Amino acid sequence: MHFHKYEKIWLVFGLVSLILFLSIVGVSAFSHGHTPSGGMDTIDPKKVNETAPFDKPGVTQLDDDTYQVAIVALAFGYNAPELKVPAGKEIIFKVTSTDVVHSFTIDNTKVNMMVVPGQITTKSYTFDKPGKYLILCNEYCGAGHHLMSTEIEVY
Amino acid sequence: MIAAQDRKLALWNIGVAYIAFLIGTLCGLLQVFIRNDALQLPSWLDYYQILTAHGVLLALIFTTYFIFGFFITGMSKSLGSFGPKVRLYSWLGFWVTTLGTIMATVMIVSGEASVLYTFYAPLKASGWYYVGLALFVVGTWISSFALVGHYLVWRKKHKGQLSPLFAFMTITTIILWIIACLGVVATVLFQYIPWAFGWVDTINVELSRSLFWYFGHPLVYFWLLPAYMAWYVIVPKLISTKVFSDSLARLSFVLFILFSIPVGFHHQLTEPGISNFWKFLQVVLTFMVIIPSLMTAFSMFATFEISGRKKGAKGLFGWFTKLPWKDVRFTSIFVAMAFFIPGGAGGIINASFQLNEIVHNTLWIVGHFHITVGTPVAMTFMGLTFWLIPYLTGRKFSKAMQKLGFVQIITWTIGMLLMSTSQHILGLLGAPRRTAYSNYNNHPSALEWFDGILTNHVTMAIGGSILFLSAMILIYIVVMSLFLSPKAVRAEDFVEFPMAESDVQNTPKFLENWWIWIGIAFVLIIIAYAIPLTGMIHHAPPGSEGFKTW
Repeated sequence: MHFHKYEKIWLVFGLVSLILFLSIVGVSAFSHGHTPSGGMDTIDPKKVNETAPFDKPGVTQLDDDTYQVAIVALAFGYNAPELKVPAGKEIIFKVTSTDVVHSFTIDNTKVNMMVVPGQITTKSYTFDKPGKYLILCNEYCGAGHHLMSTEIEVY
Repeated sequence: MIAAQDRKLALWNIGVAYIAFLIGTLCGLLQVFIRNDALQLPSWLDYYQILTAHGVLLALIFTTYFIFGFFITGMSKSLGSFGPKVRLYSWLGFWVTTLGTIMATVMIVSGEASVLYTFYAPLKASGWYYVGLALFVVGTWISSFALVGHYLVWRKKHKGQLSPLFAFMTITTIILWIIACLGVVATVLFQYIPWAFGWVDTINVELSRSLFWYFGHPLVYFWLLPAYMAWYVIVPKLISTKVFSDSLARLSFVLFILFSIPVGFHHQLTEPGISNFWKFLQVVLTFMVIIPSLMTAFSMFATFEISGRKKGAKGLFGWFTKLPWKDVRFTSIFVAMAFFIPGGAGGIINASFQLNEIVHNTLWIVGHFHITVGTPVAMTFMGLTFWLIPYLTGRKFSKAMQKLGFVQIITWTIGMLLMSTSQHILGLLGAPRRTAYSNYNNHPSALEWFDGILTNHVTMAIGGSILFLSAMILIYIVVMSLFLSPKAVRAEDFVEFPMAESDVQNTPKFLENWWIWIGIAFVLIIIAYAIPLTGMIHHAPPGSEGFKTW
């Protein structure tokens, strides 16, 4: 198979950039912990309300610098009373669903979690700035999908 | 001209494609006006019904039927007329696909299937919707096997020869399609149908999502490869030159079989149930598809330059002015290619693992597929339509029609630039996709999204309206070319099928040894999917019952 000289240059350039991109993404993900939301924990979608931590949804302080926020998503809202968390502390979000697939997405942040019934999605995030952040569902979940939202206050 | 019966077959496929295009684009127009609160739907019709119809009709029905119309014409042209068996099975495939399409459409219209074209469980549509989808896929398989049969007959008669490039690329696309559909067939037959008809109570949601996306990503290559065929095989003829390199064209196509399938997890990067290791492995495999894309880009520009220089172009970029800009068949495809540059770059961003969190399920994604499938693919199909239908009907494609064709592609370009730019920016700001009109109780950040010059509701509505106007011009051209334009009588009035010569002298034979490529494809699929899918089955949480939340 014949490769034109310029095509060789072009493909080598492409391959090198590819390796560079993937290395940056990989190193940032696995040695700096910048992985997307996820998690392998499972839960019975019919027993969410009896299973910790979703039996008491909301904010719990785990230690001086860490807070956990447990959220139950359902059509068309979030079961999470009074969400208030401090800025500059690590917040661990744990979200699950009692019915269909939703998302838990906080506007102006990197928190963008798919919520799948039977699974628990986890994401760790630290807010820089105080304020009231809009939380919304960005995965179609039914007739009221565009009304599914709430708010989190960062102080 | 190809055999009359083959022409009829191709025309019926193209006809259904454009019926879907007409209804699908009308749904798109309604959507932009609902989204900016300028239109209230009657109570029996709902935004998500229209959204489902828009996605299914344009992304699945229009594309698939057009692709088969194009394949049938090109296979008959390059390998000779179909035999009676090939014809019979092609018709059977057409009718089974159409039956599936009608069933699914009826379910969407009657409000029994507002589950969007991704139909994520545990949203539960009527069982007949899933049966319709299954029939659709089975129908395309029958049509595919008919074309494979036609190809095998040719191979038997021409032992030891490489097939014509068009046929080779058709078969590559069909192999990709059949392997890809295995995932959606598995989930629809073994998960959705038993569950939707109540034979089982629950469904394994994460498994169904993963099987869907095993299919969902190569689906986009099923749309793209026929467009690439036009770029590789049709474009050189339009600019009076040959295929740049036959062997590289074939190599890039088989690389798509390898690297477009074991990559579905990059649509599931922000969800639970798949470990970071497997997500990242599929991100790496996703990026491999950039190699054949770069090869294609190189071939295209090499072809342009060779053609320009042959026509006496001087200097580094002089060839650019020598391209046949007044030929709508060429200009349309050139614009389509140009859109694919930002489209492809956006794709790299989306697949970049943690970067996906910024854009996942925002309007950015909607912008992304409107400048990939919605323009590079769709506008290439438009560029083909201009000559393909007159070629098949034996009617003229007049100067006036050519002018109208220019108006059509220019309006599509402007409309898409406005709409997709607006969608990309809105997505970066955080506006979600797949939503009816919503201001989130006038939340300040939601109001901020729509405040910009490019991101306000008016821009998107203007873009959408221009696109619809363009679509209607195209429908006019299609109807004229099908039924009303004057018949060609003189030899020079007949429209040709521009198929470029491709020099196979230096093409190695192993490129057409399909078992090598199918074998490697399955090895890669097993590496990427065997362990995570097994885990999803063995460590499955209690399944989900169905919900009808619309």
